[in-house]
Amino acid sequence: MKPKVAIFSLTSCEGCSLAILELEDRLLDILGAVEIVNFREGMTPRSWDIDLGFVDGAVSTPEDEKELLTIREHCKVLVAIGACACLGGINTLKNPQGKDSYAPYVYGDQAKWFPTTDAKPISAVVDVDYQLPGCPMVKEEFLRFVQCILAGRTFRLPETAVCVECKKNGNLCLYEKGVVCLGPITRAGCEAICPTYGSKCEACRGIVSEDALKAANINLQEQYDVSLEDVLADLRLFGAHQDTTLP
Amino acid sequence: MKNVTIDVKHITRVEGHGNISVNVENGEITKLQLAIVESPRYFESFLRGRDYREAPHITCRICGICSVGHTTSSVKAIEAACGIEVTEQTVSLRKLIFYGEQLQSHVLHLYFLAVPDYLGVGSVIPLASTHPDVVKRALRMKRLANDVCAVVGGRHIHPIAVHVGGFTHIPKEEELLDLKRRLEAARADLAETASLYAQLKLPGLHRDTEYVSLKVTDNGEYAFYDGDIVSTLDPKPTKVKDYRKRVIESVVEHSAAKHCVSPNAPTYAVGALARFNNNHEQLHPAARGVAKELGLTAPCDNPFHNNTAQLVECVHCVEASIELIDTLLTRGLTVEAIVPPTRFGTGAGASEVPRGVLFHEYSLDEAGKIENANLVIPTGQNLANIEADLRAMVPPLLDSDMSTQEMTLQLEMLVRAYDPCISCATHFLDVEWVS
Repeated sequence: MKPKVAIFSLTSCEGCSLAILELEDRLLDILGAVEIVNFREGMTPRSWDIDLGFVDGAVSTPEDEKELLTIREHCKVLVAIGACACLGGINTLKNPQGKDSYAPYVYGDQAKWFPTTDAKPISAVVDVDYQLPGCPMVKEEFLRFVQCILAGRTFRLPETAVCVECKKNGNLCLYEKGVVCLGPITRAGCEAICPTYGSKCEACRGIVSEDALKAANINLQEQYDVSLEDVLADLRLFGAHQDTTLP
Repeated sequence: MKNVTIDVKHITRVEGHGNISVNVENGEITKLQLAIVESPRYFESFLRGRDYREAPHITCRICGICSVGHTTSSVKAIEAACGIEVTEQTVSLRKLIFYGEQLQSHVLHLYFLAVPDYLGVGSVIPLASTHPDVVKRALRMKRLANDVCAVVGGRHIHPIAVHVGGFTHIPKEEELLDLKRRLEAARADLAETASLYAQLKLPGLHRDTEYVSLKVTDNGEYAFYDGDIVSTLDPKPTKVKDYRKRVIESVVEHSAAKHCVSPNAPTYAVGALARFNNNHEQLHPAARGVAKELGLTAPCDNPFHNNTAQLVECVHCVEASIELIDTLLTRGLTVEAIVPPTRFGTGAGASEVPRGVLFHEYSLDEAGKIENANLVIPTGQNLANIEADLRAMVPPLLDSDMSTQEMTLQLEMLVRAYDPCISCATHFLDVEWVS
């Protein structure tokens, strides 16, 4: 029996679901090994007997919350894909502004027609078995995850910081150019793609560990005179600061 | 007289979830709505207070499928607000990644979304076994389009190297040469695609409406990256900074995506067909050839031909990309510094993303923080027009001897022809019948 797989989207750009389609030819291999029973982006039929369910997007409406509870009930294994599902993602930028401010700014007096809540990761509502972080999630990591599950092997996320992969790529450290980069505290697994293309890491894969955070907080201040406030502002971009409190 | 109720829940959107509801009592339409029930996103709110340099990296997260498009309109609007003039190389690289996304999005729509309807299957998945060549061809073109984006911007979904003022990474010569070789090979795939499309029977719907797009008025280029606003009803160009004269946004209760009206017509359409209608003379000759082969002539008011116009644009994008790569290689690529702001003020920017013209507008405070933002999304502009089309389509369907199921499919196909933003617009789910 092929495992039954489903892919769902809550509040998101659906880029992580799209990333699955962008596996291109490797997608055909996956389609041979599993049975997709529910994938709104790609198909008509629908079944709720699900072995492995993937969810992209944050919870940001009462509807999202209801749908997520239903999804959890029907999925033997539930996987959060992407920064929105894992951390709340870019959607959390509205939270500190308060609903009375961000809702009328977009919809004016009609804001009441569109119920909304603060954005949160799906783990705030249901138990989550695995997380595949990133904005968007890393396609290769998704593939590795599916291979592990199909082979009955254990899947683990890397426990090192992005700096490790960045060094391996031979990049000049962005701090040397005076740029605040979140690589030192962010979970690796993205091949340090942003610094490799000349941009700072923005922690879309979340904080790798409390220890990395503590160490970076001291080191960055001492070596580069980077304030905690600057670090915090960037951590807010994908909701990474919500997972933990800064030392 | 007929009584019919159609409830298509979760079409998929416009960034997500949409429903079609139709009620017919005694042969009269008593309700017809394309309801957008997607979670409201509030991007305009959460841009407030952010640094101007973050705008493209935040707004590309509006949509995974057109993230290059959002990035492009965003950098252009911020640059207008900051008095930044980017270099010729920057413009060329931006156009190249833009063509890559256009091709990726159109191929996805044509093959994964539209073709299954016409071949009578529920998704692309069964086609993998019944039509393996078709699926492999689609994936090959999609992969090429993604690689164009990856070579220029680091990746397609949420590009990295595209910044306000320039690029933080430039492609290697051999990467561009490899893309050129594959783009040339893609001509054969596009010819096959055109042959496939020539066999499909497109439904017909004709309704007077306005087609709005950008138009390049000075150098004869087909408008994707730049241009002024024109339309079939008002061809006199309007500058993008005055976009509010042509686009009036309003909030309606059944749609978390805002509706838009124009001063010239109660509804208007944007997208590939609008671009074709306004700019067909500026298409590459090879693209014009395919249009002719498929019987697409301007002005065309059959919305189902948006599919055809997308295919024509695929041909244009491949040819234009090859020409751009030649230009870039002849000039030679150099690492350039990011151009800094000369002031902080207000600015608007627009580009013709796969689903139509996309406006971004920002005002910045004296420290370069965003004070206000307004984003006008193509699918939002199309919503009222799609509803009007649905309304026009229902009476002839009622007069035909179609089953309710067949009628529903026709209505879904109409909505899908507009390619409402997103991979998720692929297929409607949960068709509910209430008798």
